[in-house]
Amino acid sequence: MAALNAKNGIAAGNEPDAPTATVADVPLGASAARHSGTVTVDLAEVTVRQLNAALHAEPAGSRTRYRVLNPAGEHALAAGIGAPLDVRIDGHAGYYAAGMNMRAAVEIHGNAGTGVAENMMSGRVHVRGDASQSAGATAHGGLLVIDGNAGARCGISLKGADIVVGGDAGHMSAFMAQAGRLVICGDAGDALGDSLYEARIYVRGRVASLGADCVEKEMRPEHRQELSELLTAAGRDDDPSAFRRYGSARTLYHFHVDNARAY
Amino acid sequence: MTIEDHSRAESPAASGLRESATFDRATIAAIQNAARTGIYDIRGGGAKRKLPHLDDLLFLGASMSRYPLEGYRERCDTDVVLGGKHASKPLRLSTPVTIAGMSFGALSGRAKESLGRGASEVGTSTTTGDGGMTEEERGHSKHLVYQYLPSRYGMNPDHLRAADAIEVVLGQGAKPGGGGMLLGQKITERVAGMRTLPAGIDQRSACRHPDWTGPDDLAIKITELREITDWEKPIYVKIGASRPYYDVKLAVKSGADVVVLDGMQGGTAATQDVFIEHVGIPTLAALPEAVRALQEMGEHRRVQLIVSGGIRNGADVAKCLALGADAVAIGTAALIALGDNDPALEEEYRRLGSAAGYYDDWQDGRDPAGITTQDPDLQQRLDPVEGGTRVANFLRVLTMEAQIIARACGKAHLLHLEPEDLVALTIEAAAMSRRPLAGTSWVPGAGA
Ligand SMILES: Cc1cc2nc3c(=O)[nH]c(=O)nc-3n(C[C@H](O)[C@H](O)[C@H](O)COP(=O)(O)O)c2cc1C
Repeated sequence: MAALNAKNGIAAGNEPDAPTATVADVPLGASAARHSGTVTVDLAEVTVRQLNAALHAEPAGSRTRYRVLNPAGEHALAAGIGAPLDVRIDGHAGYYAAGMNMRAAVEIHGNAGTGVAENMMSGRVHVRGDASQSAGATAHGGLLVIDGNAGARCGISLKGADIVVGGDAGHMSAFMAQAGRLVICGDAGDALGDSLYEARIYVRGRVASLGADCVEKEMRPEHRQELSELLTAAGRDDDPSAFRRYGSARTLYHFHVDNARAY
Repeated sequence: MTIEDHSRAESPAASGLRESATFDRATIAAIQNAARTGIYDIRGGGAKRKLPHLDDLLFLGASMSRYPLEGYRERCDTDVVLGGKHASKPLRLSTPVTIAGMSFGALSGRAKESLGRGASEVGTSTTTGDGGMTEEERGHSKHLVYQYLPSRYGMNPDHLRAADAIEVVLGQGAKPGGGGMLLGQKITERVAGMRTLPAGIDQRSACRHPDWTGPDDLAIKITELREITDWEKPIYVKIGASRPYYDVKLAVKSGADVVVLDGMQGGTAATQDVFIEHVGIPTLAALPEAVRALQEMGEHRRVQLIVSGGIRNGADVAKCLALGADAVAIGTAALIALGDNDPALEEEYRRLGSAAGYYDDWQDGRDPAGITTQDPDLQQRLDPVEGGTRVANFLRVLTMEAQIIARACGKAHLLHLEPEDLVALTIEAAAMSRRPLAGTSWVPGAGA
């Protein structure tokens, strides 16, 4: 925890909402603070490097709560966490917030820049505002919830994670998505699911256009069931029967000269 | 046999027939194939046509004004440090010859293990590839570079942290601007599982990264990778040779510790022949441009340059270093060292419609040498311990050959080789390398 002792701005309190104090000399390793309290990190005072070093130094099973103040759109906030921490970011995050997250629950009370939760392995990332491009790109596991809208290429190259977008999602969402589920409660932009593999897409609103090899598919009971579970997990109460399902027609799985017009 | 019959049997040329240089036999066969199948050729390997290359340069050796070092006696060191600019744990290698990224999927697990064993024996690095990190390779490679590719197959933060360096791949010399492909016959359950795809499908690796575009984004991406790995790992950026002067500048500006530059002779596991032969520029043309970019930025030797694409022997290694590279990487030559294109397999190559010395169907999965295959039986043909020994032998020979040349040029370290040690054999090579044409002081394009 050397990084935490190095500089002002990271404070330990015993209550979740303990006010930030400037405590240059208080070692954060104090176990009382670590087990029952919230560690408050003010990015007006410490660097992203110090924050991330502290998050990475948490022991494997740690459930410590962190509250990050004044994120000011910094990049790579809370990236690379490996422990089941509970991190709340109060404000807007830049690129790659919670990138490659494993196990942690990260909540962003603001908007998120490009690539939020990119390549997430497990855990949960919740964006209270809007998310920019490539949200959840290549994510392998876990749940990404975006209450607002998502930009272009949401869930691009998705590899097993679940994404629930409360609002609209931009063009080329789920491009080449391999596995996992993308739920869009608003409208979807152009070329939805282009070159899709095995990921499943649920859209409640209008789809501007479907990409190559993406087709509408029958909504069977098991799909309504999984959609309902996803919506519940995302804390939403949309009616699953209002959604349509899209998936791969699987006609591009083998390179064939007759497909040349599709690409 | 009449005289006429006899001369016909000898060769068409002997009886006065003349082959077209434009429509040679390979060209004719390609047209016939396209007409028959309606599909272009996909193959492995690099550009086959004759290109200006490192053979078009010569070392001058010592003379009245240069002192040589004593062969077999005086030291000529070979160690290199890669990636120390920003990383707290740079790679320290015993030789500047490294193994290039070749995917598990393209290669068998045993081939990856062989490369790891061979490289570790001589103290150099191997590189993963599209398709992720395997136990075979991590387990046997002392210095392992983990590729960060557009496909992100198998990408995993634990592997990122288990790696010794991270290589962000923008492109390959064989196909700058192209993605990857792995044909269905090589997508076994294991390969498919690592890539999160159904087994048996023709698999496409994306050509663009999913979450960044352009150098400004790349800078942020590199910062994220550094944050995730606590600023320990060197970050390489690999580019296919196309606009090396600009790409190298942008890579350095984006925060690369090491730039990997792959020329058009560089091998691939599976790419369209038309792409391999017609996109990108030769290694010899690209390398001096990359060095010029680094020098102008004051970053030459601070950011290391690794060059690949057609490196075959110690002379190629020495020439790259003399032109300003810090290390080289080998792909095709390492596969040949493992047993690819072995004349002992001639009959089997013939059965596949190829021949020893010509075999390039690395995309196809039926490699009789057991290297570019996922077939359980064929894989068994490669013994990883023996394979490792052959790779180690070859790496040692490359290093020793480079030392022989360096000593002749009076250099106590391979990295002391310099452009002044070289002259060009052709006008093209002189123009590209900015070394004078041998026996003259003429550098085409230089000066007035
Ligand atoms: C079988 C094979 C597989 C390859 N796979 C990859 C890969 O996954 N990623 C990559 O960046 N380059 C890949 N390459 C290119 C090599 O990294 C390297 O750039 C090239 O082989 C160097 O040229 P050389 O073959 O002439 O030595 C592959 C090359 C071969 C021959």
